[in-house]
Amino acid sequence: MMMILGIPAPLLFGQLLLGVVNGAFYALMSLGLAIIFGMLNIVNFAHGALFMLGAFTAWGLLNYAGIGYWWALLLAPLIVGAFGVLLERLFISKLYKLDHLYGLLLTFGLALILEGLVRNYYGSSGLPYRIPSQLQGAQNLGFMIMPNYRGWVVLAAIVMCVITWLVIEKTSIGAKLRAATENAPLVQSFGINVPLMITLTYGAGVALAAFAGVLAAPIYSVNPNMGANFIIVVFAVVVIGGMGSILGSIVTGFGLGIVEGLTRVFYPEGSATVIFVVMVIVLLARPAGLFGRAH
Amino acid sequence: MRLSRRSLLGSAAGLGAAAALTVPARAQQPAIKVGVLTDMSGPYQDLAGPGSIAATQLVASEFMAANPGARVEIVSADHQNKADIAAGTARQWFDRDGVDVIIDLSNSAVALAVSGIGREKNKAVIATGAATSDISGRACNANTVHWVYDTYMLAKSTGGAMVKAGGDSWFFLTADYAFGHALERDVSDFVRNAGGRIVGSVKTPFPGTTDFSSFLIQAQASRAKVLGLANAGTDTINCIKQAKEFGVSNSMKVAGLLVFLSDVHALGLDVCQGLILSESFYWDQNDRTRAFSSRYSPRMQGKRPSMVQAGNYACVLHYLKAAKEMGYAQAKADGAAAIAMMKKLPADDDCFGPGIIREDGRKIHPSYLYEVKKPSESEGAYDYYKTLASTPAEEAFRPLSAGVCSLVKT
Repeated sequence: MMMILGIPAPLLFGQLLLGVVNGAFYALMSLGLAIIFGMLNIVNFAHGALFMLGAFTAWGLLNYAGIGYWWALLLAPLIVGAFGVLLERLFISKLYKLDHLYGLLLTFGLALILEGLVRNYYGSSGLPYRIPSQLQGAQNLGFMIMPNYRGWVVLAAIVMCVITWLVIEKTSIGAKLRAATENAPLVQSFGINVPLMITLTYGAGVALAAFAGVLAAPIYSVNPNMGANFIIVVFAVVVIGGMGSILGSIVTGFGLGIVEGLTRVFYPEGSATVIFVVMVIVLLARPAGLFGRAH
Repeated sequence: MRLSRRSLLGSAAGLGAAAALTVPARAQQPAIKVGVLTDMSGPYQDLAGPGSIAATQLVASEFMAANPGARVEIVSADHQNKADIAAGTARQWFDRDGVDVIIDLSNSAVALAVSGIGREKNKAVIATGAATSDISGRACNANTVHWVYDTYMLAKSTGGAMVKAGGDSWFFLTADYAFGHALERDVSDFVRNAGGRIVGSVKTPFPGTTDFSSFLIQAQASRAKVLGLANAGTDTINCIKQAKEFGVSNSMKVAGLLVFLSDVHALGLDVCQGLILSESFYWDQNDRTRAFSSRYSPRMQGKRPSMVQAGNYACVLHYLKAAKEMGYAQAKADGAAAIAMMKKLPADDDCFGPGIIREDGRKIHPSYLYEVKKPSESEGAYDYYKTLASTPAEEAFRPLSAGVCSLVKT
């Protein structure tokens, strides 16, 4: 058997592939965060809770309304996104003139409240959600068993990342949005409704988190803390990629997934820490992150 | 929390009034106050939490109905899985609120902290939700009883039985903290003693691991026959779910070393089928457990009790019997004496059947090895286990001679 650095090659390839799968989640989650930070200058600590709400909405649609996975993939982001719009209008919009810290505290508080409410009604051990029948089963790749659903997650994440990037970089809506970030009063003077645009941007970022939540529901436990476990890592991804950089968060998401996967082979105990080690190194060498622009 | 207490006080007052009408001359007994210190908001909420309080309320109302004149009050609080918060609550309950016995303690660190305070204040402490066998070992004291299960029982029942059934090579996924290490160590000893071998183990970061697929692939590559999950709660749930997804549960037998009925309920039989686990109580074990369960379920929206919740019912019943035997006032005044009386009286309840409490504080009763049913074998919600084997009470727990409890005179 071929060996690479003392590890059988098939095992290593398997871990690389799994790294890509996990990276897909990191990329999707950090994408939403990066958009919100880039456009609104809000450090959205409620992102993990909204990811969790996405998964619970999918579960609720199935159990209360009989609506299955594929419709949930469309509806849950819309429902949670609308909820995000409400949050933005009621609370977050009051804070744009204040320091970042206030937005961080507010969204962190919102996250705790949302998680507490869900825990109160549904308990903490989680709810079952099945993999849709079309995606059950697995492919034997020779070096490992690859579940079909994981392949779908990677595909869906890549498609969603590309669409988001295209919308922001290549369409006129995206151009206006970027302009509004640079100089809101000027863009407003052209007759563009900037507050509405900002509200919808927050809703879109939240919808991305909910989309990731629906993708995660069949493979992770649907429980109130599922987002809290993710959010810290995702923040590290955003910081490494460069706060607010769309491309940065996508590339870093996948890259760190792979780094984490490899650490799990060579030194499993360190796999929860490795991302933060990378973060420290990147911040020392490039304080604005890999893809960020220094202000 | 206040509400449940008030409603109980109400029902106690009602019972008292009824008794007063029929037997006017009966003297009022001092009320026994039970504190349920449990996890109301964290990972153990479903296996203990509100269900633990409901089970305690059930036993209190049954005991008061059977013993007119007896009064039982219940208070409850969230220990938040933090030993310092639990210790603060325990001190307040003992010092200011007149609590006589604290139960549940569904976290080993919490249980050890409260046990020490019970000793210091000479009150009674009964751990039903905690896993560490140190409670009746090096940390034992005359004011504490350990009911339901411990790490030794789990290791012996699951580890020993799996090797006998042909699972002689093991790979562990171990939560990287004291509990996981202890569980892996205990199970490894049983596996080796039974002639099996340990092929490998991975320490998974705790908390903060949600994706176990990398570790599962490593386990699969080891070609071991058994995958031992030395973790708990959400970690276990994620491991089982992902083991099924990656086909690990086809090539290896998955042994959950600490799995509760509520975990199986959360996962669904589709994912859990074939899982091997050990418990000391299952609601569908026999007529008595079914009878208890049918009294419990209406109080918990139809949920079936976990072994921890059943343990709270059983231990409070035994404590109240002991208090009645020695006099309620005496039991309130001297916690160590109440515990000594509990050890003296033989225990018998619907959940665990007949049993005794040993001098080291360990309550002994049989333990059972279960396999989770296939969806086709189950007749509905909570019909989840089939019994593979049972270990008699005398053999299920660590022998007195092997412990290091200072109460045991050699």
